[in-house]
Amino acid sequence: MTSPVPPAVHLRDVVFGYDRRTPVLQVDELVVEAGKRVFLYGPSGSGKTTLLGLITGIHQPQRGSCMVLGKELTNMSMPARDRHRGSEMGYIFQSFNLIPYLTVRQNVALPCQVHERRRRRMVAPTVREEVERLVRRLGLETRLDRGVRKLSTGEQQRVAIARAVIGKPALVIADEPTSALDADRRQAFLDLLFEVCQEACATLIFVSHDRSLMERFDERLALGEISRMGA
Amino acid sequence: MIIPRLAYESLRSRKFTGGLTVFSIAFSVLLLVSVDRIRQGTQVGFEGTLSQTDLVVGARGGSLPLLLYAVFHIGVANNDISYEAYQHFARHPAVLWTIPLSMGDSHRGFRVVATDDNFYEHYRYRGNHAIQLAAGARPEGIFDAVLGDTVASELHYRLGQKIVLSHGLGGSFLKHTANPYTVVGILAHTATPVDRAIYITLWGDEAMHLGWEHGAPPLQPIPASQIHKSDLHIGTISAFLLRTKSRMSTLFLEREINTYKAEPLTAIIPALTLQDLWGVLSAADIALSLVSGAVLVVGLLVMLTALYTALNERRREIAVLRALGLRTRQIFALFVLESSLISAAGAALGVAGAYGLLFAVRVPVENHYGIPLVMVSVSSRILYYIAAVIGSGALLGFIPAFRAYRNALVDGLNAG
Repeated sequence: MTSPVPPAVHLRDVVFGYDRRTPVLQVDELVVEAGKRVFLYGPSGSGKTTLLGLITGIHQPQRGSCMVLGKELTNMSMPARDRHRGSEMGYIFQSFNLIPYLTVRQNVALPCQVHERRRRRMVAPTVREEVERLVRRLGLETRLDRGVRKLSTGEQQRVAIARAVIGKPALVIADEPTSALDADRRQAFLDLLFEVCQEACATLIFVSHDRSLMERFDERLALGEISRMGA
Repeated sequence: MIIPRLAYESLRSRKFTGGLTVFSIAFSVLLLVSVDRIRQGTQVGFEGTLSQTDLVVGARGGSLPLLLYAVFHIGVANNDISYEAYQHFARHPAVLWTIPLSMGDSHRGFRVVATDDNFYEHYRYRGNHAIQLAAGARPEGIFDAVLGDTVASELHYRLGQKIVLSHGLGGSFLKHTANPYTVVGILAHTATPVDRAIYITLWGDEAMHLGWEHGAPPLQPIPASQIHKSDLHIGTISAFLLRTKSRMSTLFLEREINTYKAEPLTAIIPALTLQDLWGVLSAADIALSLVSGAVLVVGLLVMLTALYTALNERRREIAVLRALGLRTRQIFALFVLESSLISAAGAALGVAGAYGLLFAVRVPVENHYGIPLVMVSVSSRILYYIAAVIGSGALLGFIPAFRAYRNALVDGLNAG
């Protein structure tokens, strides 16, 4: 009998509020199995980004347990949580994903430059080659040394994917990444994201309020069902 | 190393506002450093003009005017001293050498100084530098003249040239046209007021004024060919420089000269009188430094405004950096480093600009105002200024950094 793989994310009895007296999120239990592609949905302002803040360790709950990638975040100091987030998680924002004054190459390379563990998990021997490999994989090889301000929205989102998956993080979180894309590009973006997450063997948490995409995911979670406050 | 890189790239992306901020800080540092360097450069220049002279002696009067007219050729002597009094002290057993100086005439704005061989033998500047002849020889004849380096170069005079001296200073209409002088020598460059003077002999000075009565020229000038040294009698001089055989006797001799019964004289120790001069000038120096300091504060506030107004557009950037695992401490460091880099660049540019300016104005200032301005190296005071500018830049960086830190905590990952 093999020992069961621990879940990528396991939240229990979590209560969080920006102000201690008014909780904005109250989660009895949330489990995201490792390697799964999870679709998290809910209306705007329901606390989706706040939940991601708890999973990534940006926020600390007032109560409860946040077990993420085998680490209990509530027992960790802020610098330790920052390190855990940077080395084990990739993050894709809705828009304005990139550092505006860096080139495509510099943006993609950032996680590996900040975190030794991401460097150790690279496929190519150097950061430079790893960046080139990923950027080629995403069809952006002609844009490598271009400033990111000069890219189209679709191209910027692809650069964001590359930066999120470089150095094979165990968890990739995408916070409404397709909201600025049209329907065709949304599907193409999703195809690419699935492919690279699979290559990196990463769990994917995809947050959106657009339910037309949810069919393509292994699991679907409604924030209203998870959180008593988010309904 | 990621934070310095990010700070550099971030500043590079904001070249225009960053450049303006650097420029405003550089400008204030330039003012501050220039004031300081000019002050020290002038001090070094003044102090270097005369060395190895223990006493400057003139007619009874203020010590500062005596030093200024005798050594720096600024202002005029109110009274002369008799040649007998000069000779009395020149022969004093405690005296090693003396240099007589007689002034009062000019040529096209340059002073004429009558002196004797002692000037060429004993005059020293900047330590042990002696007067050198770049061309020709010392004046021997009554109507011989030797030109300072600046006089020769500005007036394009050569050896053998005849020059007519004016009576008094500042382009007097009374000219000694009857007896033109011949340029027999040109002095090497000294970067002191010596360069801006014309040197003749004491005999020449007497010959020029032969037949003059109560400041008026004779009706019939005596031609040069009819004047011989034996006809001349040196009556007065303006001042003299003196070196004692032993430094110990300087104070004693100073008192003896100041209490000389035969004639009211003033003897001063040049270094001490220069200190009085710096005392007079220090009020102006303080005022200028205060203005420069105020400009610097404005420059730093411009930087604070630029960094602070950029904060809102940088909220997303900070959210991305946090998602990438950068600690809040590192984000804090990013802002402080940016402000430090701006102020360091401003300080470096300001110091370089100040030295460039000093180098450019050095010669014109010396030529037009006779103020010797020496290029002095970076002093501890300048290093203190630089440290203060970078330090205050870094400190001011804490304000937007703190705000960014607070924003990062509130915004979390909410980058949209």
